[in-house]
Amino acid sequence: MEASLQMEFWRNGPQPGALYNFPGSQIWNQNEPTKRTLYPSVTGTSVLGLKFNDGVVIAGDKLGSYGSMARFRDLSRVLKVNDQVVVGASGDYADYQFLSEIIEQRVIEEECLNDGFGYTPSSLFSWLTRVMYNRRSNINPLWNTYVVAGWENNAPFLGYVDKIGTAYQAPTISSGYGAYIAQPLLRDALEKKPNMNVKDAIETIDRCMKVLYYRDARSLNKYELAIVTKDGVEIRSPVTSQPNWEIAHLIKGYE
Amino acid sequence: MFRNQYDNDVTVWSPQGRIHQIEYAMEAVKQGSASLGLKSKTHAILVALKRAPSELSAYQKKILPIDDHVGVAIAGLTADARLLSNFMRSECLNSRYAYDQPLPVSRLVSAVGNKSQILTQRYGRRPFGVGLLICGYDSQGPHIYQTCPSANYYDCKAMAIGARSQSARTYVEKHLDKFLDCSLEELVAHGLRALRDTLPSDINLTTKNCSVGVVGKDSDFTIYDDDKMEQYLSLIEGEERSSRAPPPTDGVQEGDQEPMQQDGEGQADPQPAGPEVQQPEGMDQGP
Repeated sequence: MEASLQMEFWRNGPQPGALYNFPGSQIWNQNEPTKRTLYPSVTGTSVLGLKFNDGVVIAGDKLGSYGSMARFRDLSRVLKVNDQVVVGASGDYADYQFLSEIIEQRVIEEECLNDGFGYTPSSLFSWLTRVMYNRRSNINPLWNTYVVAGWENNAPFLGYVDKIGTAYQAPTISSGYGAYIAQPLLRDALEKKPNMNVKDAIETIDRCMKVLYYRDARSLNKYELAIVTKDGVEIRSPVTSQPNWEIAHLIKGYE
Repeated sequence: MFRNQYDNDVTVWSPQGRIHQIEYAMEAVKQGSASLGLKSKTHAILVALKRAPSELSAYQKKILPIDDHVGVAIAGLTADARLLSNFMRSECLNSRYAYDQPLPVSRLVSAVGNKSQILTQRYGRRPFGVGLLICGYDSQGPHIYQTCPSANYYDCKAMAIGARSQSARTYVEKHLDKFLDCSLEELVAHGLRALRDTLPSDINLTTKNCSVGVVGKDSDFTIYDDDKMEQYLSLIEGEERSSRAPPPTDGVQEGDQEPMQQDGEGQADPQPAGPEVQQPEGMDQGP
């Protein structure tokens, strides 16, 4: 009774609370079913990560594919979080942008506290795992695989989180198509030379990125490299690997 | 029935610029038995005097574990302390769940401060009636924090709260420069000596009436009481007691005086004003 009177009073006026619906806030439309992402649209391909003696290096190419089309050729998929953490992302680029803005805002808020504590690789890794698993549990996953790299407790850190919240740490990590092509190469390289230095690690990553450029049809030979050591984060971008197509003409039958 | 026109609600100022409800809450802390916190370079400890409300009951717990790296000692309303420690425990668990990391002690304390502040500014609420000494260890080292019902909190080198705690603060001020390089045992001995100074001369520390909480670099927060206190009490056994120890009392509680009698006398803050142990002499609530 009371509610209906109020509605009469407010007839043709704004809905109660409607003035507070700022742009960007979620407005529920009762007439339509809930919609979820069923497939990613603009995507990034593999991210590679490799721990070495006194640091860790990750790399991801700069291509944003729209389906099979090489749509954007200068996208960054590596985020420097602070002086000890970087994150690389493959999968849906919009979801990566969404989450990276949240991360950047949280870093700002944490710096404002000015209490000497900040995100460590393991704390960001744990937080990302919670976010990804929570999103998948609401049947609304962020369509990404994240590679977290950093320096913590005088040791390198390298972790993997995917869109359903699967998370692990390993000395070598590759997401996406790279899991099939580059991961065995990285493991093999590390087995042959367990105590790599920065130079070895960068060379190994470069070789894997080149192989991926040959074999992954959603890749680019221009990539971004992030190196984390005790001295901080160094991002090299763009790094261009020179391909050699000399033997391409020998391959026949796929025209 | 009402002592004062301006003490009915926490949202009302007195013309002297004071909020009496908050000051009454601060008085509640002084009714509780004494608690003390100290730290060295490697450890932070709590020492507390326990009371038994009656002959038939056990001694009330004064030191509560919060997380592996944090513990609190309380003085004031035990029920309020239980609510606050419940809050602190869930804050600590949330940090471990979300970030896989122990919550930095400074952040825990500021969360308690923010929670307490709300109660000092809302109509119809009452401030917490408990003061906490929070001792913890995180990646920045050992910490002792004091929180008050007024929602102030202080980062301390050492601090004592509760009944007759001025005597303990006096001891602690005198020996402040020694604590940093103390071993754990020496630190606890200092703590027990300071706590003993709050006792009337006819009462002594026993395994029943005191307890110790310890947290350190590679050791989780641990509470020692009852039989486990023997090892620590033996450290100060037979020592001459400080001459400043107050004379015996017949159990009269301080703080029974009418606080409003002091109104308008330009009285200092009812608790230590600075972040360190700097309470001036003469503020002793002891008889």
